[in-house]
Amino acid sequence: MAFLSSLVNGLSLGSIYAIIALGYTMVYGIAKMLNFAHGDVIMVGAYIAFCGAQYWGLPPVLCVLCAMAVCTVLGVTIERLAYRPLRQATSLAVLITAIGMSYLLQNLALQIWGANPKSFPTDLIAFPNLSLFSGQLKVSGVTVVTVLANLVIMVALTFFTGKTKMGKAMRCVSEDRGAAELMGINVNRTISMTFAIGSALAAIAGVLLCTAYPTLQPTTGSMPGIKAFTAAVFGGIGSIPGAMVGGLLLGIIEILSRAYISTELADAIVFAVLIVVLLVRPTGLLGKQVREKV
Amino acid sequence: MNAKRRKLIYNLSTYAVVVIAFIWCQMLLNSGGMTRSLKGQLVPICCWITMAVSLNLVVGISGELSLGHAGFMSVGAFTGIIISGWLQHGMGMEDTTLRLVIALVAGGLLAGVAGVLIGIPVLRLRGDYLAIVTLAFGEIIRNVMNCIYVSVDGRALNIDFLNPNLPGKLLLNGPNGAVSVGKIATFTAGFILVLVALFVVLNLTNSRSGRAIMAIRDARIAAESVGINATKYKMMAFVISAVLAGMAGALYGLNYSTLVAGKFKFDQSINVLVFVVLGGIGNTLGSVIAAAALTILPELLREFSNYRMLVYAIVLILVMLATNNPLIQQVTRNLAARVKRLFSKKQPKVSVKGGDQA
Repeated sequence: MAFLSSLVNGLSLGSIYAIIALGYTMVYGIAKMLNFAHGDVIMVGAYIAFCGAQYWGLPPVLCVLCAMAVCTVLGVTIERLAYRPLRQATSLAVLITAIGMSYLLQNLALQIWGANPKSFPTDLIAFPNLSLFSGQLKVSGVTVVTVLANLVIMVALTFFTGKTKMGKAMRCVSEDRGAAELMGINVNRTISMTFAIGSALAAIAGVLLCTAYPTLQPTTGSMPGIKAFTAAVFGGIGSIPGAMVGGLLLGIIEILSRAYISTELADAIVFAVLIVVLLVRPTGLLGKQVREKV
Repeated sequence: MNAKRRKLIYNLSTYAVVVIAFIWCQMLLNSGGMTRSLKGQLVPICCWITMAVSLNLVVGISGELSLGHAGFMSVGAFTGIIISGWLQHGMGMEDTTLRLVIALVAGGLLAGVAGVLIGIPVLRLRGDYLAIVTLAFGEIIRNVMNCIYVSVDGRALNIDFLNPNLPGKLLLNGPNGAVSVGKIATFTAGFILVLVALFVVLNLTNSRSGRAIMAIRDARIAAESVGINATKYKMMAFVISAVLAGMAGALYGLNYSTLVAGKFKFDQSINVLVFVVLGGIGNTLGSVIAAAALTILPELLREFSNYRMLVYAIVLILVMLATNNPLIQQVTRNLAARVKRLFSKKQPKVSVKGGDQA
């Protein structure tokens, strides 16, 4: 039962990673850039939800919606102001700008909300705890909501990219930006849309993350951000199912190694698994194998 | 001016900038015109310059994005601290200069070994995948460093994993890091380290191996097809860079009385990358200047205390936007051309262009 309980915890953490990883992987697939500020958008989302619940007295659903709205606007603004002018620049220049953006968000949060950790209201997601196998396995309500949210998001995104016009445009842009432009797809709008979706997902992830681990400070988003980025690479960056698989596996590996091997070394084990996977499959688990042409 | 001469002038001016800066700092130190906080930054500045120069070898010259450079610095720092502590407490060596030199060499060597171990898997990957794996290695090194306990007992050096109960004097105390380190780093040592790093990197770039490394960066397949061993040369750049980073780390570690592995987080790797990118990728002198300027900048912004990292972030974004703006690029190019013309007027050259001019 202890194993099963760890597995459930891993599934919960993995779902959060997967939702964050979706943001990384979509932006990478379409804009071909590593958006290092994504982790900090999570943090902003969590703070907005915190303010909604604590200061403005909003009901939980409105808190989450408010966080999503703010993050969406934030993501699109960041893209418009900082990344769009660099569309033709080297990938390293974009990377550094993204890092600058990450510092900027962290320090703005520091100015606005202060350095002291805030304790996130865990009752924001009020869902009854489950008790399975006649009480031997307890599953918290947050875990249930997280896993369900992950499933809904996965189905919705699969539908969105497969069936809708905008989703198809996204796939086209990620395949070949030049050709997509020639076919009359508005590349800039598609990229903005990607950032909007990714950031809205980041807000959800932020709320879920902070409900499960309720300390909120300006650096809250950075480590989960890096882990989720690892998850995206693990599953094959640019691939939406890859981000799902990568996120879930990473969460499970992390929690299991925390429980059975060593708490101190859990992060090292996660990263070591990533390295082994990349050595065996250099483009990740579900990534496209690109053959090199001379 | 032929290419060789231009290179010589570039190299000499790089050394000259460093030497003049050192002399200027020494004069300021002697006249007492340097603030206390700036004085404390002298050794770290040398370390960051060395880090930037060494990362430039990987990112600029060899063209691989590495996000785990602080990991090598960490290996070097803790090796240096352990060796120095062992020599002092175990072997009774009191000569600080000799201890510093041995610690630096040991730090560099062990970081080099780490470079080989990491380079073998990493250099098989490409582009962003390579970047994420170096990031992963940096995090692994930090994590493992948090679990190592080292103590010196008589002449013996005890190293253990996840076990703090060691006999004798603890040098490295797991997550609490190194404690009561003998602060033996000096500004002169830092200056010499920078010169060594510059000497190694500049000579490497202008050598046969350096040209091979750059050829692989520009066109790997073409380079391989003329018989350049890509893995060997990439490895060479990676390991040399790791050794220099390790030496910088050893000096950095021996400049503080306590040091924790958390000091060498992912952010530090990124900071060094920022130095390299802002200094101009592949431009060694640029790395030196950017590293020095950006280490001092937060010190100078101390009046803004709370806002300094905010200002730093905004400056970083604006500089990236400005240097990649086509309009500004055009203006600077015109300016550079004008300056060039100004200088070339002094030595009139016979231009052989077309028949109508003759």
